[in-house]
Amino acid sequence: MRLLRELRAAYAFIERNSNLVKRYWGWELVWLTYSIVEALAITYLGAGIGAITGQSLDTTYLILYLLVGTLVWAYLATIFDGLSEAISWERWEGTIEYTFMAPASRLSHFLGTTAFAIAYGLVRTLLILGVVALSFHLDLGRANLPGAVLVLLGGSLAFIGLGILAAILPLLFPERGEQMSYAFQALILLVSGIYYPVEVLPPWLQRLAALSPATYALQGIRAALLEGEPTAALAGELLPLVLMGLILIPSGLMAFSLAERYAKRTGRLKRSG
Amino acid sequence: MEGLALDVRDVTKTFPRGGLLGLLGPRRERERIVALAGINLAVRRGEILGLLGPNGSGKSTLVRLIATLLLPDSGQITVFGHDAQREPRAVRRLINRVSADAAFFKGLTAMENLLFTARLYGLSGRTARRRASEILARLGLDGLSLHRPLEQLSRGTQQKVAIARAFLTAPVLLLLDEPTTGLDPHSRREVQRFILEVREDHDASVLLTTHAMEEAERLSDRIAIIDEGRIVACDTPTSLRERFRLNGHLPSLEEVFLALTGKPLEEERCACSVN
Repeated sequence: MRLLRELRAAYAFIERNSNLVKRYWGWELVWLTYSIVEALAITYLGAGIGAITGQSLDTTYLILYLLVGTLVWAYLATIFDGLSEAISWERWEGTIEYTFMAPASRLSHFLGTTAFAIAYGLVRTLLILGVVALSFHLDLGRANLPGAVLVLLGGSLAFIGLGILAAILPLLFPERGEQMSYAFQALILLVSGIYYPVEVLPPWLQRLAALSPATYALQGIRAALLEGEPTAALAGELLPLVLMGLILIPSGLMAFSLAERYAKRTGRLKRSG
Repeated sequence: MEGLALDVRDVTKTFPRGGLLGLLGPRRERERIVALAGINLAVRRGEILGLLGPNGSGKSTLVRLIATLLLPDSGQITVFGHDAQREPRAVRRLINRVSADAAFFKGLTAMENLLFTARLYGLSGRTARRRASEILARLGLDGLSLHRPLEQLSRGTQQKVAIARAFLTAPVLLLLDEPTTGLDPHSRREVQRFILEVREDHDASVLLTTHAMEEAERLSDRIAIIDEGRIVACDTPTSLRERFRLNGHLPSLEEVFLALTGKPLEEERCACSVN
């Protein structure tokens, strides 16, 4: 009975977020179009590199390299946003007290939010891929697709943990929390080698790259899709991702619980930011 | 104590003055604002207790503490025997709250918002839809309003949806924090009648904060007056007025309220307990 109640509570977030997407479909269309144009622009940059440098280059690899970066980041960033903005949305609408007053566990809260974020991220990323595939010839003949999916799952785990941790910021800092989480996301974008190998970064940024789950996710997925590496050879990327997920998710939930307690002690749920 | 819906004992609550950074700041900023200074209050099962107080007197803080949205510095709050700090989820299942601000996802329809709440409380979609329609009909809201985005509804209608949200989960203790603010006199009457009906039909207990003296007098079995975080009086409306009778003149509740909250002589603490 309790399990059913918690499942219904988790579904509440999936249904509400789906309703919000339907309600604001115009904005969704704009954001999707923007993401598609962005993916196309970056991929065209790869296609045009020969013309830019005046050298004869095989751009097929470069196009795929950039496209993988764009799509994987689009997906992982959607998961991160979906979780980190879970509290900000409630603050914008002023509903945070009502949601936190409900007898649902925070685990159900994040379970529902995560399920929606993953589904939304997958649909969005596949739509972007579909449009880009119409414009470019993508040769995935050598690709190890199951291996790539496995690494993507590992990356999802780690980003779920990061998203929960980032959701703490708007809880503790009603006015500045969301800005902090955007800054954090920007840092991940910079250091994780989305559009370039991390080796081109200065040494101090490379040290940060080693801490970012996106670095391992991208390296693993590129190795699987571009080099056709067998799944066993992806262990070097997959293991750190799973390990990060196993550490970040429980510690994120625990930290969120402590932050919620602090917010209730200091009256921070009330302020709408 | 047997038969108590709500028991608040010696509850104090203070807030840091300077926010998170203020905790590390200069001493003046580390001083704390006293919101509640040792509150004792009880609501019997099936009783409506009106809580009156000037702005900033601690009414909403008390409601938030009972709703488990705040943690007290000291003291104990129990709802039907469940400790709000030790068993918050058990308490949450028994209560719901209406506040003056109708907080919703305004882009969603009334029904979508109500469904969200219902599912959070473990109700099925079918039960939620049926209950929502029944409650809103009793509050005088047409079915069409249920399927329009909240942002397209009037302030008064939004407030009725907020009231429906609280009743949807069939709480046995209702925390009504200025529930009729923003409603026209006709709607206010409908809501007041509904509160009385719910008390009769569902054996619900109610803690009602309001600035409307007429509303407090009409609905409340007893009235507690809170000022500067302390209960300064608690009795039936008639007894409260009798206490301040002067030269044969029976004062209005508003006169009693002004006398109690405007006088420094009411400094001593008063409990609103049940014998």
